[in-house]
Amino acid sequence: MTVAQENSALDFSCETGNYHTFCPISCVAWLYQKIEDSFFLVIGTKTCGYFLQNAMGVMIFAEPRYAMAELEEGDISAQLHDYEELKRLCEQIKRDRNPSVIVWIGTCTTEIIKMDLEGLAPKLEADLGIPIVVARANGLDYAFTQGEDTVLAAMAHKCPEIARETEKQERNPIQKLINFGRQREQVEAEESAYADHPPLVLFGSLPDPVVTNLTLELKKQGIKVSGWLPAKRYTELPVIEPGYYVCGVNPFLSRTATTLMRRRQCKLIGAPFPIGPDGTRAWLTKICSVFNIEPQGLAEREAKIWENLEDYLKLVRGKSVFFMGDNLLEISLARFLIRCGMTCPEIGIPYMDKRYQKAELDFLEQTCGEMGVPLPKIVEKPDNYLQLQRIKELQPDLVITGMAHANPLEAHNISTKWSVEFTFAQIHGFTNARDILELATRPLRRNNRLGELPLMPSKW
Amino acid sequence: MKLAYWMYAGPAHIGTLRIASSFKNVHSIMHAPLGDDYFNVMESMLERKQDFTPVTTSIVDRNVLARGSQEKVVDNIVRKDREEHPDLIVLTPTCTSSILQEDLENFVERARLEAKGDVLLADVNHYRFNELQAADRTLHQIVKFYVEKARKKGELASEKSAKPSVNIIGMTTQGFHNQHDCSELKRLMADLEIEVNAIIPQGAYVENIKNLGRAWFNLVPYREIGLATANYLQENLGIPYVDITPMGVIETARCIRQIQAILNQQGYPIDYESYIDHQSMYVSQAVWFSRSIDCQNLTGKKAVVFGDNTHAAAMTKILVREMGIHVVLAGTYCKYDGDWFREQVEGYCDQVLISDDNGEIGDHISRLEPAAIFGTQMERHVAKRSKIPCGVIAAPIHIQNFSMGYKPFLGYEGTNQIADLVYNSFTLGMEDHLLEIFGGHDTKEVIHKGISADSDLTWTKEAKTELNKVPGFVRGKVKRNTEKFARDRSVTEITLEVMYAAKEAVGA
Repeated sequence: MTVAQENSALDFSCETGNYHTFCPISCVAWLYQKIEDSFFLVIGTKTCGYFLQNAMGVMIFAEPRYAMAELEEGDISAQLHDYEELKRLCEQIKRDRNPSVIVWIGTCTTEIIKMDLEGLAPKLEADLGIPIVVARANGLDYAFTQGEDTVLAAMAHKCPEIARETEKQERNPIQKLINFGRQREQVEAEESAYADHPPLVLFGSLPDPVVTNLTLELKKQGIKVSGWLPAKRYTELPVIEPGYYVCGVNPFLSRTATTLMRRRQCKLIGAPFPIGPDGTRAWLTKICSVFNIEPQGLAEREAKIWENLEDYLKLVRGKSVFFMGDNLLEISLARFLIRCGMTCPEIGIPYMDKRYQKAELDFLEQTCGEMGVPLPKIVEKPDNYLQLQRIKELQPDLVITGMAHANPLEAHNISTKWSVEFTFAQIHGFTNARDILELATRPLRRNNRLGELPLMPSKW
Repeated sequence: MKLAYWMYAGPAHIGTLRIASSFKNVHSIMHAPLGDDYFNVMESMLERKQDFTPVTTSIVDRNVLARGSQEKVVDNIVRKDREEHPDLIVLTPTCTSSILQEDLENFVERARLEAKGDVLLADVNHYRFNELQAADRTLHQIVKFYVEKARKKGELASEKSAKPSVNIIGMTTQGFHNQHDCSELKRLMADLEIEVNAIIPQGAYVENIKNLGRAWFNLVPYREIGLATANYLQENLGIPYVDITPMGVIETARCIRQIQAILNQQGYPIDYESYIDHQSMYVSQAVWFSRSIDCQNLTGKKAVVFGDNTHAAAMTKILVREMGIHVVLAGTYCKYDGDWFREQVEGYCDQVLISDDNGEIGDHISRLEPAAIFGTQMERHVAKRSKIPCGVIAAPIHIQNFSMGYKPFLGYEGTNQIADLVYNSFTLGMEDHLLEIFGGHDTKEVIHKGISADSDLTWTKEAKTELNKVPGFVRGKVKRNTEKFARDRSVTEITLEVMYAAKEAVGA
């Protein structure tokens, strides 16, 4: 897509797009937990509801702050008035849950019948007195984690533009958390520990402990995180002024990045993602370099982490991993696993934004060079049937795949790890590198333990 | 528009896929957007299927929206026909294709010209039918297609088998304990000296359909799936059917007597009475259980039953007629077939609820405060919240309901399983209650015991907050490890940094 890629030796191809992945509406599952005062209303059909109900498993019984606005035949044929219907449901939500924001998730059906959610929202927002954010996270356009991208891109518009100094302080929950309960003088003294750099806002939804962790990593380098999109609460969305620096923490956030750059005039720091100790170091180094800060102690830090991983590294070294592709974390994970000593013949990926992921792609190429392994084939919009033929031929040691193929592959004696787990596990930062390997090596460790058990009858 | 948090029956295409994927060598192609192939996950995960689910999607994306599917659907059908040589490809519409109103029938016509196998378009409208209705319709559609095809070719079996034989209709993938029920019914038929001519759709080839006519009668064990097919076969091939669910001692006997009547009508003199007696007394423990003092203690206890028509109706009758339990409410989510349910449970319960709103059934449960609930996974969670024991008797279900051990609900072994289920639900509830009365378990708040009772360490507020974010079941471990780490390094104050350093050090 970009000129920069022309020199790249990476082999990109694109298949039929006939692959299994989660519907992007699944993002409500983690976003309603992240944004504590939100309510997610998925405007779709029974198909959407059935998916969420099954995909969210036991979460569904925990009275989640999400619901379906289930479209009926009358809605489809426009016998019912969209505005009136949505108003009725949102009033009920306001009454029962009193959220600070209602997020409407547009689905395939609202796209096809061209329900003007973006048009209806401001009107209803005024009537209801609750902000409404519209995200079109549908299966016509997006895959799985891209759902979060559409929601965050929509929220980027809602971040306050300019805030008074005092309010700025209050609006920074991360800083508040770190300074919690300390004397003002103490806080001020800490402020001086930061280098003088323009405000930095990070984007991407991560569990709170990971947010704290990454914020502290930056603090060690004297970099202050002014805010995080999304914050714990909708009312705490960070201030974003033109000229602020922004940096992504996940590889699937290209729309959010674009929105922050084009609509909010932010400067995007293009860095590899902080997944794996190598990625975390590269991420921190890149941010430091943008702010002209000499990073401190990162090499030692990284080396120390690798040292601690040795027991796991022994298991994966020299083994091959095949990514079927379904959640867009694939490039970063492959890069990390190659650094761990694995080979990777193929990286399937739903969508490849070569511009947003440029630093990560370059890092992948560099890693392959340094580790002396062949560059992987990157297959965008893969065809699962063709991939299974290739897996049959290659017999990789590990296939990272969706749940639709995991059990059948295991029945063919191919070790698998469900890709979905990487989406929900804590995989960012130095501290969590071990968790990635804990996941990736689990099938290998299991198989080592089952050494005496017969294999499944060969079917291939 | 309807505000919905939970649904009991899935969308129509799930029903079609359940039927198609139950047959052997039948492939479904969904006309759907990316991510709608969730059925494959359920097959692979819930049913622990070893084979790749024979369902692919002809993806509806932005381009399709703008220009129509054009060649895409036809190409996908033809490609699948070439790759896997299925006997039949079922093009499956979804909610999306229902509103796109593309001429899918036309795609099927065109694909038929090139494909070696047969191609059908599932005749189900997303907005009119649910999963169960769609499954019933699709099975009927496939059977009708192959009966007509065989008739045209003159291959339709017309002669009855020499000995009495049966077709068992309605066994499907993802059905509640279907696999085990199927084995139990086969065993029952063997006992009755009835040959099983065919079981459809589970495990059948479509070419077997032409031989359905050999059977003396059809058995439709479940109310929801198979009746349309049985009716069609009765009208077109003159095969009578039995639609009494053999669940519980009384209903199993009634089912067998009905089979006897049908065989007698066809000039086959047989009397199953002594068999019924023997099975009820010696194979099933349910009759003895009902007479035992264990069951005496259950007399008049209040229960709520909720599920699909088949299981909720049968369970209500078992609880009332076979165990003397007081069913305060019996309910079904099969609204489209509510009259049948009402008729079945009439006189066996105080109140009937026909609703697919889980909130409504939840409200009833908390108002009625039964001693036990028999329902779906949703009721199990309602029960958990209100601390009422619950037995799961119907879909929707979780992976634990696809048990590896033999657990039929039908036939005589089924009566044993149900007796266990009921008894365990009630005694567990009682045990719990007794523990409460006599002071309860002493296991509360173990997390804080013995970990740092007289700790010399202080936790900063933010570290404490962070610790509280750790899930309860591992919090104790995290706390212990962090404090050990701190002590080893003579750190007295545990800050966030110390916590993370500890995590890195122990690698947990």
